[in-house]
Amino acid sequence: MRMYRGGQQDRWWKAQCAMAAMLSMVMVMAIAGAALAQSAMSTARPAPDQRVIRMATTTSTENSGLLGWLLPAFEQKTGYTVRVVSVGTGAALKLGVNGDVDVVLVHARVAEDQFIASGAGVDRRDVMYNDFMIAGPKSDPARVRVQAPGTRLTGTASGALKAITATQQRFVSRGDDSGTHQMELALWRLGGGLPKWPGYLSAGRGMGEVLAMANELQAYVLTDRGTWASMRSGLDLTVLVEGDPALSNPYGIILVSPVRHPHVNAKGARLLMDWLTSSEGQRRIGEFRVDGQTLFFPAARKGG
Amino acid sequence: MELLEPTRDALHRLVVLDPGLWQVIGVSLRVSLIALAIVTPIAVAGGFILAMVRFPGRRLLILLVQSLLAFPTVVVGLLLYLLLSRRGPLGAMQWLFTQEAMIAGQVIIAFPVVCAFTLAAVQAADPRLHETARMLGASPLRAAFTLLGEVRFALVAAVLSGFGRVISEVGCALMVGGNIAGLTRNIPTAIALETSRGAFTEGIALGIVLMVIALVVNAVLVLAQGAGQGASSPRAARALWYRG
Repeated sequence: MRMYRGGQQDRWWKAQCAMAAMLSMVMVMAIAGAALAQSAMSTARPAPDQRVIRMATTTSTENSGLLGWLLPAFEQKTGYTVRVVSVGTGAALKLGVNGDVDVVLVHARVAEDQFIASGAGVDRRDVMYNDFMIAGPKSDPARVRVQAPGTRLTGTASGALKAITATQQRFVSRGDDSGTHQMELALWRLGGGLPKWPGYLSAGRGMGEVLAMANELQAYVLTDRGTWASMRSGLDLTVLVEGDPALSNPYGIILVSPVRHPHVNAKGARLLMDWLTSSEGQRRIGEFRVDGQTLFFPAARKGG
Repeated sequence: MELLEPTRDALHRLVVLDPGLWQVIGVSLRVSLIALAIVTPIAVAGGFILAMVRFPGRRLLILLVQSLLAFPTVVVGLLLYLLLSRRGPLGAMQWLFTQEAMIAGQVIIAFPVVCAFTLAAVQAADPRLHETARMLGASPLRAAFTLLGEVRFALVAAVLSGFGRVISEVGCALMVGGNIAGLTRNIPTAIALETSRGAFTEGIALGIVLMVIALVVNAVLVLAQGAGQGASSPRAARALWYRG
């Protein structure tokens, strides 16, 4: 019997040792992974193909189909290939800071200015603008809609937000530092700050997911026109505020600093920037439609 | 040191009880532990029955459970989303974007893991143990517990695997939880958010926090195993006595 118990103890030690070995392996992997991630972020990599332009942009331009409409014309004309990474504005700028892309096309003026001030980006150009709107349940329990019968909506965005907080309605926020989220925060500042109430749900997700959440919860939401247009048929929500100048949303294209990241394809990226702001690129932006709606308005020509 | 500093910062916040971080950790632990508490008895019983009871369709069921190990969590989330959506059959429960929905998802995700590992553990046990226990007059339930007691280390590994799968799972938690701050945001969805914000280092720091938690949970269970070793040896000896 003692021998048997000894055997069991043995097994127990083996299990212990195996567990310890596994844990240390996991730790080593974690540390190696972290080190790898860091070196990938900062050190040099093989010289990229000079016929390829890498662009980081926000989900709004990619998901609306705008880039699929614009870029083939550019690629055909110049022979360059544009590889698009579509992420939130925060992540797009981060990719630029790390030199993982050549050019960024984003919409968040404050963050863009920081990006340039920090030396990570140069040569910002206005490309286009689109606008945001506030959508919500058709029953509009917060009475956000301001409209004389048969006319267009006339309410202001900050007035609408005030009504939503005053009536303690639910509001789904992007909460992810995206351009849309920064627009929302700017609107709160305009109305005297973001109050705390239990109906304010900070989701930290993309526009499509947040619209779906607002739909499920019958909550209010700030959305860009493009994502709204592509999703509205499946949504049990309606537009309640639009056309307020505070809701206008400019897009800028910025070259990633070739001084800081010498491998950046500055020549190709400049060509793309030139083309997007040329009369041909601007015309095509204005011609882009989703469901018959113009989503992006050319902005490169001053006063145009 | 772009990596070390946020990590130190995250661990520091952990120690000084940063409410935001602890809330995220609390959601992770609460949801995963409740899900495991629900799933463990069912999955262990299921694994035991699959291993010990011969019935038509058994092999098919085993195949199914083992294949479900590879089921993408985001698909579990998607199916659950469709069920719980306002327009879905269970929409009236209003579970979407709550912790209850996350628990339900993790139960579904953990079940095949715990079940398949239990099945393997019971199959690997000496079949004479169960036979002898029955022969000596133990009720079927008593004999089952004797056998499960004998393979308890493997069972703990099964539950730990289930824990590892759900505590790190992001697809389903995002779909049905919605990553709402202070409500359904857990560590993996917070990492997904930090990544989408471009805050890569904060994401890695949170990942290390998750590792530390896994380490603590595993250490507690390993220690409990060690303690159980002494207390349960009379039973183990008795079991081995049956065997001999």
